[in-house]
Amino acid sequence: MARFLTQRLISSFISIIGATLVIFLLVQLHNDPRELYVPDSGYGLTEEQWEMLGEKMGFNDPLPIQYWNWISGAFIGDFGVSLAQQVPVRDIIQNRMRATIELAIGGWAFAILLGIPTGVFAAVKRGTFWDYIARGVAIIGQGAPPFVIGLLLIVIFAVWLQDTPFYLPAAGRPPQFDFRNYILPCVALGWPAAAGLMRLTRSAMLEVLDSEFVKLARAKGVGWNKVIYKHALKNALITPLTSALLLFSGWLNGALVIEIIFGWPGIGYDALFTAVNDNDFPLLQGTVFFFVIIFVIFALLADLLYTIIDPRVRLTGGEK
Amino acid sequence: MSNLIVVWQFLRRYPVIPIFILILLLIAAAIGPYITPYERDIGNIADRHLSLFSTSEHTTVQVSKDDVVNGFHLLGTDHAGRDIFTRLLHGSRISLIVVTISISTGMAFGLTFAMVSGYYGGIVDEILMRIVDVWNALPFLMVALVLTLIFGRGLNIMILVLFLVAWVNFVRIIRAQILVLKEMDYIASAKICGASDIRIMIKHLFPGILNSAVVIATLNTSGLILAESTLSFVGAGIQPPTPAWGVMVNEGRDYLSSAWWQSMVPSAAIFLVVISLNFLGDWLRDRLDPRLRQVD
Repeated sequence: MARFLTQRLISSFISIIGATLVIFLLVQLHNDPRELYVPDSGYGLTEEQWEMLGEKMGFNDPLPIQYWNWISGAFIGDFGVSLAQQVPVRDIIQNRMRATIELAIGGWAFAILLGIPTGVFAAVKRGTFWDYIARGVAIIGQGAPPFVIGLLLIVIFAVWLQDTPFYLPAAGRPPQFDFRNYILPCVALGWPAAAGLMRLTRSAMLEVLDSEFVKLARAKGVGWNKVIYKHALKNALITPLTSALLLFSGWLNGALVIEIIFGWPGIGYDALFTAVNDNDFPLLQGTVFFFVIIFVIFALLADLLYTIIDPRVRLTGGEK
Repeated sequence: MSNLIVVWQFLRRYPVIPIFILILLLIAAAIGPYITPYERDIGNIADRHLSLFSTSEHTTVQVSKDDVVNGFHLLGTDHAGRDIFTRLLHGSRISLIVVTISISTGMAFGLTFAMVSGYYGGIVDEILMRIVDVWNALPFLMVALVLTLIFGRGLNIMILVLFLVAWVNFVRIIRAQILVLKEMDYIASAKICGASDIRIMIKHLFPGILNSAVVIATLNTSGLILAESTLSFVGAGIQPPTPAWGVMVNEGRDYLSSAWWQSMVPSAAIFLVVISLNFLGDWLRDRLDPRLRQVD
């Protein structure tokens, strides 16, 4: 186990370094990073000021040192200063983080609450009408990108049926907590993930229901319901639950789009999207670094959880 | 009644409807832009936000030499009075171009990568697989945003970004199959006969992985269409007024309360194409490569 753990840690660390290196080098690929800071018109900068800017931003150092300066700062939370807003990137990320985490948890809860029960249900009622309904829900989730689901929900609940509880006349986030604000964004974010979870749960459940120990339990006269909920469910939930953890990292793409649609003041919309629109490179670099770290940490956690729950993985998991 | 059952079973066994939709897409991309009388990017502002199946009172269309009728808009018009159906047809062409180029280049690169990694093994394999690990740790939307910030936005960058997304999906599965194939006797005999490494890879290993490669490519195409529309929607992909479907959805976002069809029509198009590709991919997988299948 210890050997497996160190192996995984080292490989996660390599992933972080590699991913940040790629992003760092992408900036260098563009001939001069200063051109990202100063537009073509140049603000009337003279040659000396241009050089001074380079000196201040440390472009005269060799590349490895520049990378070291940036990455060592990033690991202690110093991402530099945003160009457009002249605020430390770290403050921006900290201020926007809460909204994103709320959205992510809401969507996560929805994905699990919808995906796992319908998956179990579809497997138990395999081949019936209900199975087809559940698979239909999954197909919609897999075929429609989050922004389509989000816009569809807005059209249905905010334009056509205005007197549902999800409809809030005032745009934006009210100062006090209102549960209804969270429903539509979380559903839009969680649905595609729920579809994946549902398919996973369904196939895991079918596999378990087909196994010998379930048949033995049935043969001994245990009731069907008891077999399903006591014997089969426990074994079938391993895969979906661990992959539910991985979902958290998969949120990043979806969350950005959902935040744009619903005007959600989170990292995706208020830091990343504005960074792109303002050509604000330090902010972009910082946000991407932050996301890469989260992604790698959750992948590592899911991997570890896998091996703890299911020792068979350890035999094959460490092998390349 | 029995006929209905036969039809239903036929539809269940073969992906007729998905193939029909995809053929429609191909036709739309090939000849679509020539069959509509409207301009792609120029509309009449007086025709703003006409609803589905409506006839314009302001613009006329010349049907034949001396027959002029009021313009008919099958799927309505957008905020600039442009015909949505026309833009949808042009958009299908853009989607197809982007996705076809990126998936084929991605497949070529990914297969080469996987074959080299699996066939040579050892330190080469180790390094190449670490590269794949790093690649998987990069959130693709962020990378796309960074790339567009640096290189500008447009069709070529879009294709490059999607290529970068596409290739990595081939590597792990194909490499695992190469590891099995290269231990087979026929590869050993080819080596004894003096075949070079490159010949073995192209002539003897490649045919063995082709089925899986086709299946992976089909299953990934839908993901690429989603990625393309998401990027265009966010504003990092194809730029307006070029009518990529994601762009059209984004343009209609401000008019949801007055003209829902402007967003919903291209959304429906994306949805139908992605679903069709998923079904076709699943069917191909069951047919060509059941090993990739999970219990269903």
